[in-house]
Amino acid sequence: MDGASPLFFWLFAALAIVASLAFVTRRNPVSAALWLVQVMFAIAALYVLLGAFYLGAVQVLVYAGAIMVVFVFVVMLLNLGHEAEAPGRLRWLPAAGSLAGLAFAALLLRSVTARALPAPTAPDESANAVMPVATALFTEHIVAFEVTSMLLLVAVVGSVVLAKQRTDVSEGQS
Amino acid sequence: MIREALIVSAILFSIGVAGVLVHRNALLLFMCVELMLNAVNLTLVAFSRLHGTSGQVFVVLVMTVAAAEAAIGLAIVIGVFRHYRTVDMGRIRLLRG
Repeated sequence: MDGASPLFFWLFAALAIVASLAFVTRRNPVSAALWLVQVMFAIAALYVLLGAFYLGAVQVLVYAGAIMVVFVFVVMLLNLGHEAEAPGRLRWLPAAGSLAGLAFAALLLRSVTARALPAPTAPDESANAVMPVATALFTEHIVAFEVTSMLLLVAVVGSVVLAKQRTDVSEGQS
Repeated sequence: MIREALIVSAILFSIGVAGVLVHRNALLLFMCVELMLNAVNLTLVAFSRLHGTSGQVFVVLVMTVAAAEAAIGLAIVIGVFRHYRTVDMGRIRLLRG
């Protein structure tokens, strides 16, 4: 694995960066969503190359599968696919945003490359992929896990309440 | 490989920041936020090689929060679209309905 890893790592890293650049320059939400799915798949491959096999699978299932489907579903629901983002009055906005992004990237890269890192531990390949994560999740981080379940419950109820068509308000619209 | 992953993650996060600054479509803004969350997750996975499995647990929790955020945020976008007939953030200027 170690012989082929750097090649594949840079392959998928380049794929992620190129796809995210293509994603961020789209004005059509549907094509942006498809490019973002490509980014998610590349990041899942990077997780696998970093030894996080379970997270690679979850990334494909949850992000590329569920969350992006919700995005595309909302685009369809609002019928926005053909209505590209109109060019605004602020003509310098893309240039200024790119400049700010570059400056931010320079800051982050400087802080990332400033210090020496300790040697990485070898990934645990003898055990199965899920067990170390599950052990940590259900023992050390059990409180966060339970809070997360409450968060999901609140999100389900809240999204239903927010998106519900209120007949008294929206009568006559749509 | 850890430092390379951190560099890739920094680049992806900056691209997400630039997207949030540039776009005015609410859906594209949400997608850029998702890209930033993914970049942070990549950082956490890279550091989990240095500091143990807790980083991967954080990524699982961040994914859950991202799913909840997408559901709530998109519901808000649907509500805003119902009221204003647009998702262009340049035209949504009032907090009151």
